[in-house]
Amino acid sequence: MAEIILEDLAQPDAIVRKSRLRAVFGRDRKAQVGLVILALFVLTALLAPFIAPLDPNEMSLNMMSQPSANNWLGTDDLGRDLLSRVIWGTQISLLVGVSTVALALVAGVALGVVAGYYGGWIDNIIMRYIDLQWAFPNFIIAVYLVAVFGTGLLNVIVAIALAFLDDFARIARSMVLTLKEEQFVDAARVQGFSDARIMFYHILPNALAPLIVQATVSVSYAILGEASLSFLGLGVNPNTPTWGLILADGRSFISQAWWLGFYPGLAIMLVVLAINFVGDGLRDALDVRESEI
Amino acid sequence: MLAVATLVFFMIRLVPGDPIAAMLADSGGPEAREAMIRRLGLDQPVIVQFWKWFTSMLQGDLGASIYGNNQPVKTILLEALPRTMSLAFLSFMIALIIAVPAGILSATRKNTPTDTAVSLFAFLGLSMPDFWLAILLIIVFSANLQWLPAIGYAPMSEGIWEWLKHLILPSIAIGTGFSAIIARMIRSSMLEVMQADYMRTAASKGLPIRVQMLRHAFPNALVPVVTVIGIAFALLISGAVVVENVFAIKGLGRVLIQGIQNRDYPVVQGAVLVVSAFFVLSNLLVDLLYAVIDPRIRYS
Repeated sequence: MAEIILEDLAQPDAIVRKSRLRAVFGRDRKAQVGLVILALFVLTALLAPFIAPLDPNEMSLNMMSQPSANNWLGTDDLGRDLLSRVIWGTQISLLVGVSTVALALVAGVALGVVAGYYGGWIDNIIMRYIDLQWAFPNFIIAVYLVAVFGTGLLNVIVAIALAFLDDFARIARSMVLTLKEEQFVDAARVQGFSDARIMFYHILPNALAPLIVQATVSVSYAILGEASLSFLGLGVNPNTPTWGLILADGRSFISQAWWLGFYPGLAIMLVVLAINFVGDGLRDALDVRESEI
Repeated sequence: MLAVATLVFFMIRLVPGDPIAAMLADSGGPEAREAMIRRLGLDQPVIVQFWKWFTSMLQGDLGASIYGNNQPVKTILLEALPRTMSLAFLSFMIALIIAVPAGILSATRKNTPTDTAVSLFAFLGLSMPDFWLAILLIIVFSANLQWLPAIGYAPMSEGIWEWLKHLILPSIAIGTGFSAIIARMIRSSMLEVMQADYMRTAASKGLPIRVQMLRHAFPNALVPVVTVIGIAFALLISGAVVVENVFAIKGLGRVLIQGIQNRDYPVVQGAVLVVSAFFVLSNLLVDLLYAVIDPRIRYS
């Protein structure tokens, strides 16, 4: 019985936040629009092999043709169908956006929680590294790491994830520093739970709100980061159609073929806008202050 | 800054991979490799390499480019720095010109169409990749209207207008996203300040709304705004790296990317170091600015 009560104590805010999430999200138009756009992009990414009208790398003699009934978004300098390329580009963008943030979240939160919970020299070592990383703009870290690791999908994911790691570590640490003094943590300690269980089962669920908001914001930055790296020729394989790469390829021809410089960028903007709408809704719903992230 | 320099040095050496092979790009046999290793001093222990690099760096010597005519990295960076600083300065000015009135208007006309328009602008500004905006600006103002040049940079010595006309489009491309962040922060900070007792006092004294906002609310709303500006400097610098490459401006960003493409590691190392120094110093400046805008903050 006592264990049940103490277990309940360990989850004070989570339930309240879940119902707030439903209530606020239910009436936030912006967040709803964002969710719909995002869902459409996810579907596009999943169904790319079925909905892309042509092979994204198939060249033709129909070069730089304007948007038409045959090629809805026109063709590029090699006669490749722009719509098919943009549709396939959705896969890489979303894959990089989600996987980099998942990686940064897991590694950053683990570092932040351990630093905040144990304090002392462990905290000192971890936080000095985080402080050091803080001295570099995230994108510069990603560029530098890609320069060192080399280009390619995996390298880009790891480089962007490492660049974002410090954001999650900082948030997790500051939340743990506050939460570890709470009664429910004492209750868990009294029950003899291990440090790992207290950190990741009792404290972490209560620190999730700002982390979720930060993760959403970071997905949009990761998508922009990947597009920028691809645009600079530091992204994934040059044969893989990504939005940034399509823009970079079309850059030389934009005075004759505006569509090459327009549609891929529009796709990037729409997906990032959708994520920002959802992120803003989440921030309101979870009652996270700007200063917490 | 010393720690940053140390990290820049070790990062390139600690990660797996062979930078020499990367620099030689599979051209040249074992002799070329040996020569490159000797020339870069990589045959010595890492700690000796670090000490040599570090002491040279403190004297302003960042080594020489391994590409082309082996120009000193310092010369390359000193040539690039004024271009990036001009771009950053102008982008910052454009961001402030857009963000300050937009943020104040949005806060004073909360929940009106003006507020919605500013909010939408902020979301669009945050979501639009700067290099895409740069391309759109080139399509409209360079390719179609032919008002402004699409590429290049002119130093101020060639005249203010020449300098300005090469920088307007790239600065708008970088400054728009930056202005979106600042406008949002000004709005939320102003809304908070407007609830304060002294604002009620100002209103009860019968001060015109313009005076209330500009003399009382805005200065008090600035501290959190300045914090965000410091954080958003990263965006400005990242924007400069990408946008310089769109407009072929040989600033720090273009030097960095060309260095990576040429596998010119001394240049890459030097450029990352200077970009980070620029970021750290900008943030230091922001910290010092706190004391100027809020006399209650004092640094001992």
